[in-house]
Amino acid sequence: MDHLSAARAQMGTSLAFHYIFAALGVGLPLLLVIVEGLWLRTHDVRYYRIARTWSRVMLLLFAIGAVSGTTLSFELGLLWPKFMEHAGAIVGIPFSAEGFAFFIEAIFVGIYLYGWDRLSPRAHWLCSFPIAISGALSAAFVTAVNAWMNTPWGFRAVHGEAVDINPLAAIFNPAMPTEVIHTTLSAYVFTAFATAAVYAFAYLRDRRDVHALPAIRAAMLVAAVAIPLQMIVGDLSARFDAHAEPIKFAASEGQFATERGAPLQIGGIPDANARTTRYAIRIPYVLSILAFENPHATVRGLDAFPRADEPAIAPVHLSFDTMVGTGSMLLGIAGWWAFATGLGKRSPSTWLARALVASGGLAFVAMEAGWMVTELGRQPWIATGFLRTKDAVTTAPGLDLAFYGFTLLYLFLATTLVALLLRVRTERAPAPRPTTIPGARIA
Amino acid sequence: MSPHATPSFLVLAVALVALAAISLYAIFGGADFGGGVLDVLASGPRRRDQQSLIGHAIGPVWETNHVWLIFAIAVLFTCFPRAFGALSIGLFVPLTLVLVGIILRGAAYAFRSQARDDSSFGRLWGHVFGIASAIAPFFFGAAVGGLTVGGFRWTSPFALAIGLFALALCAQLAAVFLTLESTGPLRADFRARAIGWTFGLAAIGALALAIAALSSPQTFAALTSAQSRPGIGIAMALGFAVLGTLATGRYALARVAVAAETIAILGGWYLAQAPYLIPHTLTVVEAAAPPVVLRAFLWLVAVGTVLLVPSLLLLFSIFKGDAANADDRRSPTQA
Repeated sequence: MDHLSAARAQMGTSLAFHYIFAALGVGLPLLLVIVEGLWLRTHDVRYYRIARTWSRVMLLLFAIGAVSGTTLSFELGLLWPKFMEHAGAIVGIPFSAEGFAFFIEAIFVGIYLYGWDRLSPRAHWLCSFPIAISGALSAAFVTAVNAWMNTPWGFRAVHGEAVDINPLAAIFNPAMPTEVIHTTLSAYVFTAFATAAVYAFAYLRDRRDVHALPAIRAAMLVAAVAIPLQMIVGDLSARFDAHAEPIKFAASEGQFATERGAPLQIGGIPDANARTTRYAIRIPYVLSILAFENPHATVRGLDAFPRADEPAIAPVHLSFDTMVGTGSMLLGIAGWWAFATGLGKRSPSTWLARALVASGGLAFVAMEAGWMVTELGRQPWIATGFLRTKDAVTTAPGLDLAFYGFTLLYLFLATTLVALLLRVRTERAPAPRPTTIPGARIA
Repeated sequence: MSPHATPSFLVLAVALVALAAISLYAIFGGADFGGGVLDVLASGPRRRDQQSLIGHAIGPVWETNHVWLIFAIAVLFTCFPRAFGALSIGLFVPLTLVLVGIILRGAAYAFRSQARDDSSFGRLWGHVFGIASAIAPFFFGAAVGGLTVGGFRWTSPFALAIGLFALALCAQLAAVFLTLESTGPLRADFRARAIGWTFGLAAIGALALAIAALSSPQTFAALTSAQSRPGIGIAMALGFAVLGTLATGRYALARVAVAAETIAILGGWYLAQAPYLIPHTLTVVEAAAPPVVLRAFLWLVAVGTVLLVPSLLLLFSIFKGDAANADDRRSPTQA
């Protein structure tokens, strides 16, 4: 493996791994706010047990997420020293802000996890709010850095050096609003469907599982709010790309030629040498409508830009279609659940429960595919128009060895983590202490 | 720019923030690493009790300890981006090994906490936890040694001696901290280890100096120069203070002394190579980011601290009872 590919592969593996924990670290606290709130409101012990179970899961995920996040902060320097040298002063402020947000999150996670029997039920519930808020803020700050890489802002480039830096303008770069909302929502979507999937699986195995239905209900309520919003923000995001990141947009759509009244191309195999996307389903005028609200609008294709600034088209287009496809399926499943169960008032049918199990995997695929679109679609740049990825990589030798080593390490950790998570059982969670449950209904 | 340009107020302020972040990580993260080392080296009739005390002591706070590292890295690349780039390339191998240690250690701690101590799964991850705890500080030390000796020669005898020095410092920190978390014979165990590691640290420090004198006169001259002597002197005096307070049973004071000793060592190390961040290549002033970035960073630190301090106080106020009723939880009958 060549030098640059090894560095990209290692960074990609680390990010794909960390993304799972980061997303759950943003989403799970929101679910805890809801189920612990339901426990306080209804005194239904099932919600208490669910909250205790999820807090145990959060401990494991948070611990591994902290480690994989530390890894990334090392790898920024170890793999991309030239990027940090040129951009560190610009993106360092949001990174440092993320450090503070993460610190506050860690403090309240500690209080929350070890405070079940030390705080009043209400005070304990209130401690879930700072976790959810600082978790979302961490995601927002880090995503702001990624948005800056897509649309570098708040400086002037003079002979490859950044001068006249404006840190605030850099944080609030053009891509930042849509990308931050889209990424944060993806964390809620993924966590909610993944949680529903786990409990739907338990429900299919044993219909008497008393914790399955309330857990599915709490998770799917979040999903049913988050996924429609996500589709809307996703549309805004694509329209933003059409203006501000036209190469990424053209690659996402597999659009080689610049044309008026461009069709939407679904699927197919983009061939970068033949300059065409083969076997795609074409729906006339729809791309022009989606991008510019006008069936005759001109869409700039890849041929409007230098070949040297072009990413690998096929992976970007296929990732994009995978994201949109899985996202649409999730929207359908959420709608099906909402109507068929009356927002969780009735039990799901066997087929709906199976669909919910599948939704966990679909949500995972949608999230990772969306991330591939933004990362692969920005290539060959690490910061669009400012620094190329190949010029940012380290000159240290032995990168392929490091890549294989870290990949094995991650596989090993992931296997152990999954084995441990599979042993977690909601019915084994501790019951609340008698003093804290006035009038509780024991399920 | 002359290498001896006087640092501006801004550069001085962010350099102090950086030193504070590194010191806090060295003290709290170092004590955590040392806990792992003592876990592996646990011995005698109360071996299991020592190990379970170490596990409990790391418990609720270990996450927050490692945030200091992320923060120290962020300070470095935000405020001294040129140094960060050069260090990442020159010290790629030892820093990668540090990373492997940190990953394995964090994962092992989380995994072990989910298993019973006597299961083979728990024992396996217990071993991983201890070994990884030694890997990280050793290579951190070697990286710093390689930086100081010049040319990023982290495998030179001097750098490896500094690796051992860092390992001993972590073990000393952990043993001193644990005397405050334990009682009775268990406390005597940790006191003996704390005294032993303090002597060990002094011996390894002397060895490193001797190696520098033989193999790298330039490094030896820097370490014993007029500007670094106060740091080394204060660190040695605080080392004696650690011994004195331990011998007379003043464990809270010993904790303060060992923390101050760590800061003195780091401060002395910096003074030995000042004004350079990378000896004879890059000074602090040359490496610094533009003033607007440093100013924004200091504002961020101010706002962040306002949010952070009450949160930390809340954490400590909720768990401060732990030491008081620790006896029933950590008594030797527990195992």
